[in-house]
Amino acid sequence: MTATEIADAVRAGTTTARQVVEEHLAAIAARDPELHAFNLVTGDEARAAADAVDLAVANGQDPGPLAGVPVALKDNMCTRGIPTTCGSKILDGWLPPYDATVVQRIAAAGGVIVGKTNLDEFAMGSSTENSAFGPTRNPHDITRVPGGSSGGSAASVAAGFAPLAIGSDTGGSIRQPASLCGVVGMKPTYGLVSRYGLVAFASSLDQIGPFSTTVEDAATLLEVIAGHDSRDSTSLAQPAPPVRQEVTKGIEGLRVGVVRELLTGCEPDVAARLHEAADALSAAGAKVDDATVPAAVYGVSAYYLIAPAEASSNLARYDGVRYGLRVDGADITAMYGATRAAGFGAEVKRRIMLGTYALSAGYYDAYYGQAQRTRTLIIRDFDAAYENFDVLLSPTSPTTAFEFGAKADPLTMYLSDVCTIPCNLSGQPAISVPFGTDGAGLPVGVQVMAPALGEQVLFRVAAAVQRAAP
Amino acid sequence: MPERLTRDDVAHVAHLARLDLTDDEIDLYTEQLGAVLAHAADVEALDTSGVPPTAHPLPIVNVLRDDVVTPGVDREEVLAQAPAVEDGRFKVPRILGEAP
Repeated sequence: MTATEIADAVRAGTTTARQVVEEHLAAIAARDPELHAFNLVTGDEARAAADAVDLAVANGQDPGPLAGVPVALKDNMCTRGIPTTCGSKILDGWLPPYDATVVQRIAAAGGVIVGKTNLDEFAMGSSTENSAFGPTRNPHDITRVPGGSSGGSAASVAAGFAPLAIGSDTGGSIRQPASLCGVVGMKPTYGLVSRYGLVAFASSLDQIGPFSTTVEDAATLLEVIAGHDSRDSTSLAQPAPPVRQEVTKGIEGLRVGVVRELLTGCEPDVAARLHEAADALSAAGAKVDDATVPAAVYGVSAYYLIAPAEASSNLARYDGVRYGLRVDGADITAMYGATRAAGFGAEVKRRIMLGTYALSAGYYDAYYGQAQRTRTLIIRDFDAAYENFDVLLSPTSPTTAFEFGAKADPLTMYLSDVCTIPCNLSGQPAISVPFGTDGAGLPVGVQVMAPALGEQVLFRVAAAVQRAAP
Repeated sequence: MPERLTRDDVAHVAHLARLDLTDDEIDLYTEQLGAVLAHAADVEALDTSGVPPTAHPLPIVNVLRDDVVTPGVDREEVLAQAPAVEDGRFKVPRILGEAP
């Protein structure tokens, strides 16, 4: 059942939230030992939340649009009194003293959080291989990665552990694993969803968003979590646009641009599916043409200066003083160095080093400053493209799911995000929708992009892609 | 354009970042960070004269709110997560260099 079907059935009293959660917990118990989508399954809390939903229904109250719907939460979002690890040894055992805003909003809408999903440590990675607690496996082929960094959330939806999941996307960490796992994954406009309680990675890029099996379900979850929050100073003040109503609308006359630069280097099967999706949109009445975003080719280079720079600052807080791991030393400097050496994994250290270097005296302008100016060029090129198009189309990932260990070289791994990074730099919304498979039967995702706060047209076109999918 | 990253640069940056790296890690990161910075040469080479930097994708500045008193997080709950506390405060190793 989709999330929408579950919520409808629970609200109508034809099933109970408790029954729904028991079925999903049973599915998790049966297969998660193999997949490792979850770092923690919160069965007791989930049953209590489900019982509260059922009580509300019995009392004639409406529990909300997520009534009884199981939701898997990426383990970098704070849950009060429930471990939040970020996939890192440095936070192993930490119990947050507050709930993230998204957690509060999901609960208030009747959603039932069933567990905390695995991720690349501090969301740094594209395969979930960087988790300190071991990788997640792709439900379509357990010899392959689920993508990352929200690999556990993507795998949990693909495996039927939960119809909805929450991820965070800094350079593609929702969309790329959604593509590799054959589910829907969406990054909203920067500032649309509160980041309060999301453990910070790169603050000018991070955004929370939904995973689901259908575009309609993603719209439903986005409506629940979007909207102003005074506890996040980057939260947009205006009301979030309603999006669920968009998924049944047609796309006649909409202008769709296929971004030339983001097709370079894609596997032939991935490019073929993208062209089939574009043809299908054309057949549905859209005007499809080639588009160009020339500066997008600088996205990976700019991102791997900006994101590590911001990360090196954000991760300075893990110092062994207020929470998490401490390794004692003779004085405080020795304690800092030993704690961080023992607590962080190789990729996190690599990015802290890269970011510290990019910000250090003598290099700041050549690296960080230049990357920020490049970011402006990318935004300008998107703005120019959106003068001619309502939405843009590209593959989500240049490849389908790859085998464990296949991208051991960091730079090779970084290039996995070539299609997704530009929208993080521009702050604009984008969604990955499953569209067929490659020759080996592995899922392919199509990315739809829209201007800032263009969520309505984004969901309209995404739903059309889904309707046309083979 | 900055010169090629050296092993000494990496050791210096590790100190700035308060990361005790092993000699092997310093060797590895010298090579790997060099490769990433070499890839970034395309950005370094761009002509961006007259282009303002983007630090943040939103046109939001100076966000203010009404000064209303609201409950903060629970002090005991926070302190319970600290590696060491004393008298309601976080406890750290000595900071100054002189003998205790």
